Amino acid sequence: MSRYPYVREVSPTTWYFRAPRYMRYMTREVTSIFIGIFTVIMLVGLSRLSEGQAPYEDFLAALNNPFSVIFLFLALAFALYNSFTWFNVAPKAMPIQVGEELMPDIVVAGGHYILWAILSVVILIWAGIF
Amino acid sequence: MMDVRVAERQTDLEILRYNPEIAGEPKLERYTVPTKTEWCVLDALNYLKDNVDPTLTYRWSCHMQVCGSCGMMINGEPKLACKAMLRDYPGVIRIEPLAHFPVERDLVAVADDFLAKLKRVKPYLIPLEKRLPEDGEYRQTPAQLKRYRQFAMCINCMLCYAACPEYGLHPKFIGPAAISLAHRYNRDSRDGGRDERQEEIATAEGVWECTFVGACSEVCPKHVDPAAALQQVKVASTVDWYLEHFMSWVQK
Amino acid sequence: MAKSNKPIIWGAFAAGGEAVSLVAPAIILLTLLAAIGRVPPGLSYEQMHSFAAGWFGKLVLFAIVFLSLWSQAHRLRITCFDFGLRADGLVATLFYMLAGAASLWLILILGNI
Repeated sequence: MSRYPYVREVSPTTWYFRAPRYMRYMTREVTSIFIGIFTVIMLVGLSRLSEGQAPYEDFLAALNNPFSVIFLFLALAFALYNSFTWFNVAPKAMPIQVGEELMPDIVVAGGHYILWAILSVVILIWAGIF
Repeated sequence: MMDVRVAERQTDLEILRYNPEIAGEPKLERYTVPTKTEWCVLDALNYLKDNVDPTLTYRWSCHMQVCGSCGMMINGEPKLACKAMLRDYPGVIRIEPLAHFPVERDLVAVADDFLAKLKRVKPYLIPLEKRLPEDGEYRQTPAQLKRYRQFAMCINCMLCYAACPEYGLHPKFIGPAAISLAHRYNRDSRDGGRDERQEEIATAEGVWECTFVGACSEVCPKHVDPAAALQQVKVASTVDWYLEHFMSWVQK
Repeated sequence: MAKSNKPIIWGAFAAGGEAVSLVAPAIILLTLLAAIGRVPPGLSYEQMHSFAAGWFGKLVLFAIVFLSLWSQAHRLRITCFDFGLRADGLVATLFYMLAGAASLWLILILGNI
C-alpha cells in the first residue's frame, strides 16, 4: 500500500507564538541574556576593584546613568522570574522519597524559597542595607 | 414539567481533513452536529462519522482514557478526544491531527517514528538476576514500587511529543515518553538493563535534546510528568559521566 | 550512537542555575541601588576590597561569577537555537570560548586583589 503522509513544517523562528506556555519558556531562556550581561558587569567591576580605589569608584559612578538603571531594573525583573521558575521546577530534578511516600513538591520548592530568603537577607545585611 | 438535565446544543467543529489519495494540502472543513453537554469531543466525532460523513478518519478504541489512541490537537492543545469535554469548549472546536507528526489521513498521525524510538529504549524488564520459575517470583517492596510507579502510567498516547517544541524542531530527539519509560525501568529494583538503555538515552539524540520546556508534563493525561523523568535522567547521566571520566574505579 | 559529553557543561549549568537563582536578585538589587546613586555600604571600595581580599570572599566571588558565566553561556546557546539560529556548533563554540576566556580573566582578577 502506498502512503502519502503530509508533513507540517515547524517554523524554527516563530514556533513559540503557538502557545502561551512556549512564550513563558522563551521568557525564562531570555533571562540568560540579562543575567549574562550582568555577570560581565560584575567581572568589569571586580577588575576595576583590583586596579585600586579610583578606578573602582569611577566604575560605580559610570553605573549612575539612565541606561544602566533601566538595564539593571530589567535584569532584576528577569532574575526574579528566573529564580521563581528555577525553584518551582527544582522538585522535578530531585524527588525525595521517604519510605513509601514521595515528598510533595512543596517540600523541595519550599526549601529553596526559604534558602533564597535567608541568603538574600544575609547579602543585604552584609551590604548594610538594613 | 420535566427537568432537562441533559442539555442539547449544536456544536460547530472545524476539522482538518487530508486525503492522501488526492494531491494537495490538508484543509479545515466546518461541520455542525447536535450534541449533548456531557459528551466528549470523541462522541461528537463519532456522531459526525455515523450520521454526516462516514469518510472521516480518526483513531479511537476505549473511550475511557486508557488506550491512548485518540490523541489530537483540540483548539491547538494536544488532548485525548475522550477526555476533552464539550462543556469546556463554548465556541467552534478546531480539531487537527497531533502536531509534529506527519498526517496519514484526516486526524490520523503517523506514529512510526515514536514506535521505533520506543523500541530503541528497551521499555521492558531486563532482569538483574535470572530466576527460574522454581526460584519464585521477583519480589518488590511498596517503597521500591513507588520509585517508578508514576512513570509506569504512560499509555503511549504521544500527546507529549505533540507538545514538545524540541521534538518539533529536532525530529531525531527520542522524546519525552520513550525516555520516561526507559527511566521507569531504570528505577525498577528488579531491573539490570540501565547500561543498555543509557547507550540510547544518554546520547545527543536522547535526553540532551531536552531543554526542560515542561510542556510534556502539562499535557500528559496520566500525570506521568515526563519532564521530571528527563531531568532525573540528566542528573544521573551527569553523575555517570563524572564517575566514568574521573573516578573510573567507582562502581556505578 | 556514543554517549554525549554534554554532562560537563550541564553540570556547570545546573550548579550555576542554582547559584544564580539564589543570589542574583539580591546582588542585582545592590547594583541597582548603586546605579541610582545610593551606593550601599557593602559596595564601597573599602568593604568590597576587604571582602575580595580574603580567601572566603575570593571563593564566594569565584563560585558565583564562574558558575553564572557557564550557566548563562549554555542557556544563551539554547536560546539562539530556539530563536531559529541553526548554526549550533558555531554558537556553542563561541559562547563556551567566551565563558572560558572570562573564567581565566576572573582568576587573574581575583589573584590581583
